[in-house]
Amino acid sequence: MSAAFRSNETVDFAVVGSGAAGGVVAKELALAGFTVVVLEQGPHMQAKDFKHDEFGVLFQSALTNNPKTQPVTYREKEGDKAEIRDAVNYCRMVGGGSVHFTANYWRFHEVDFEERSRWGAVPGASLADWPIRYRDLEPYYAKAEYDLGVSGLAGANPFDPPRSKPYPMPPLPVKSSGVIFERATRKLGLHPFPAPMAILSQPYKGRLACQHCGFCNSFGCEFGSKSSTLAAAIPAALKSGRCELRAECYVRKVEIDAGGRANGVIYFDKQRREVFQKARAVVLCANGAETPRLLLMSTSNRFPNGLANSSGLVGRNLMFDAGAIACGVFEHPLNEHKSVQVTRLIHDYYDSDPKRGFFGGGGIDARSQAYPVVFALFGLPMDAPRWGVEYKKMLADYFPRTMMLLAHTTCLAQETNSITLDPDVKDAWGLPAMRVTFSWHEDDLKTLRYFEKRMLEIFDAAKPRRAWSYPPGFDLLPSRHLMGTCRMGNDPKTSVVNADNRAHDVANLFIVDGSSLVTSGRQQPTATIQALAYRAADRMAAMARRGGI
Amino acid sequence: MGILDHFTRRQCFGLLLTPEIAAALQHAEHSQEAGAKLSWFDPATAAEVEALASRIVPSGDGPGAREAGTLYFIDRALATFDRAKQGVYKAGLAELQARRQRMFPGSSSIAALTGEQQTELLAAMETTEFFELLRFHTIVGMFAHPSWSGNRDQTGWKLIGFEDAHLFRPPFGYYDDPAHGEEER
Repeated sequence: MSAAFRSNETVDFAVVGSGAAGGVVAKELALAGFTVVVLEQGPHMQAKDFKHDEFGVLFQSALTNNPKTQPVTYREKEGDKAEIRDAVNYCRMVGGGSVHFTANYWRFHEVDFEERSRWGAVPGASLADWPIRYRDLEPYYAKAEYDLGVSGLAGANPFDPPRSKPYPMPPLPVKSSGVIFERATRKLGLHPFPAPMAILSQPYKGRLACQHCGFCNSFGCEFGSKSSTLAAAIPAALKSGRCELRAECYVRKVEIDAGGRANGVIYFDKQRREVFQKARAVVLCANGAETPRLLLMSTSNRFPNGLANSSGLVGRNLMFDAGAIACGVFEHPLNEHKSVQVTRLIHDYYDSDPKRGFFGGGGIDARSQAYPVVFALFGLPMDAPRWGVEYKKMLADYFPRTMMLLAHTTCLAQETNSITLDPDVKDAWGLPAMRVTFSWHEDDLKTLRYFEKRMLEIFDAAKPRRAWSYPPGFDLLPSRHLMGTCRMGNDPKTSVVNADNRAHDVANLFIVDGSSLVTSGRQQPTATIQALAYRAADRMAAMARRGGI
Repeated sequence: MGILDHFTRRQCFGLLLTPEIAAALQHAEHSQEAGAKLSWFDPATAAEVEALASRIVPSGDGPGAREAGTLYFIDRALATFDRAKQGVYKAGLAELQARRQRMFPGSSSIAALTGEQQTELLAAMETTEFFELLRFHTIVGMFAHPSWSGNRDQTGWKLIGFEDAHLFRPPFGYYDDPAHGEEER
């Protein structure tokens, strides 16, 4: 049974956010014997509520933050005036981003944790090593894969870092895009492998295997086969009897006592009444954009520049999702709208290579291109007719025969890229809107161009009827990968949390979500966010047992 | 696609119908009714907009925007979530009518023009905000889930070979079908 606490009852942990990280932290802490209240700003939807409604989901914010009630402002650089723009997109519900993500589940490689040492400084960027290494996180990657359910084939990727265990279940069946990609990349001497996906290829822990309906990317899984925390972690947390989930509760401040310790959180409940929930410790898992916003809103006499912000780095070093796109149309139908989006990929170009003359690397996956509405709006080559008889013919010809290659590439941290509070715009609760300041590093754009060429080479080898790409630097906003804004490090002057995800400035405040990431990896941050969440929960539980929180 | 169709599919695949699957299938039932009523357009304007939408996705060689009932989606959009864009339609249509009178003197309405004339008229507006919005609405009305009042009888989905189903089994396409050997692939 789900627990129910009074707000004036002091719980062990108040967890803000129930997504990829929050769902894991809540479950781990509750199962470890602690009392937990989870505060989630979005609703508690269930598998049965998820529909194949492309327009509702992609155009009407059915699952994501709604710009009408929570406007975001954007500017390219500091000093500019920010304008309202949909620059940040996150799944706003119980389970958070883990509900609507495509479910790519790449571990970071060893290099992602120590790239500053291996590569050196990058001018204009704040590239840094992590305070932990891959080996510190490895057991928690394995734990996440087994606890939540991830399909894949260990040993198939020669560039993979070492792993202690194989995947708990085999990969999902290959699609036509995967077959075409596998053949073409092998011809080029590359090393394709089955995509690791947080989607069940067989029944697991009482959950159904994937039914291949095709609605993964941006959608919630109607069968609970995607291993979101909604499907795979939160039910166990609630069942423990020690965790209460409060949906539609929007935290506006972390409260601090006279001794400078967090003593709870203030939130608006569903009826927009203010509630103060007392807690012995607070864990922020609100995502890489909302977490720094909440810290910046949590000002006090003691912390006038925002909580946990003595470094001035809360909100800074924002890293976004970088991707380059190429498409190909083939002779026979691929029917890529069926089944999961990705079944094959390569990591051959993962590492940065000095010979390229710039920093950056990535992976390339083969996938479906778009659902019908987006395909008809944007899916044809840019020189194709946009309406009329020829347009109609081309849609019918191209839709079943088109696939996409998507390169997932590095985004360098820059201190000038940030989440701050907008001085003018407010949300529907009267809180300052999130202001995004972001521009790409020159090396990020060079990396995208490099990957565009590699993808066109792969298409050359695949011999489609036609291949095309989009200009690199093609508008990449809004971003759904929100990283780096409370970076982890050993030095309180250059980081916000320590290697245990504990805020340097506040002993009983923990921050674990995309904001902790020091580097972007090659995108696909969810596995790393969740491995960090399992590890941080372990650390918190051990510290709490020792009375160390 | 009705619930019966899903059941047939299930039987074909020999799947066990669990309560979860049954619930998923039920909730996803398409509740679309062919939109019979207009709430924002008057009949004359509706005829003009329908004529324009059917230049974006023409009929002939299979059904187009007209048969898909995209007009009803556009009407619903302008009456509800896109209310703020009513002005774009009003101004755009007024400009189109003025152009029509210049380009085709003596004509009585856009709907009364020949298909070729309609295309010529719309092409002259191709770089306007109105055209972009009309194109956007027509395409969404053609390809969005029928519960949004367009895509009647899944006309748009059938046109492009998209199947909205809850269960598929491999092979999904030509190239992952083992029946097609390496040579053919």
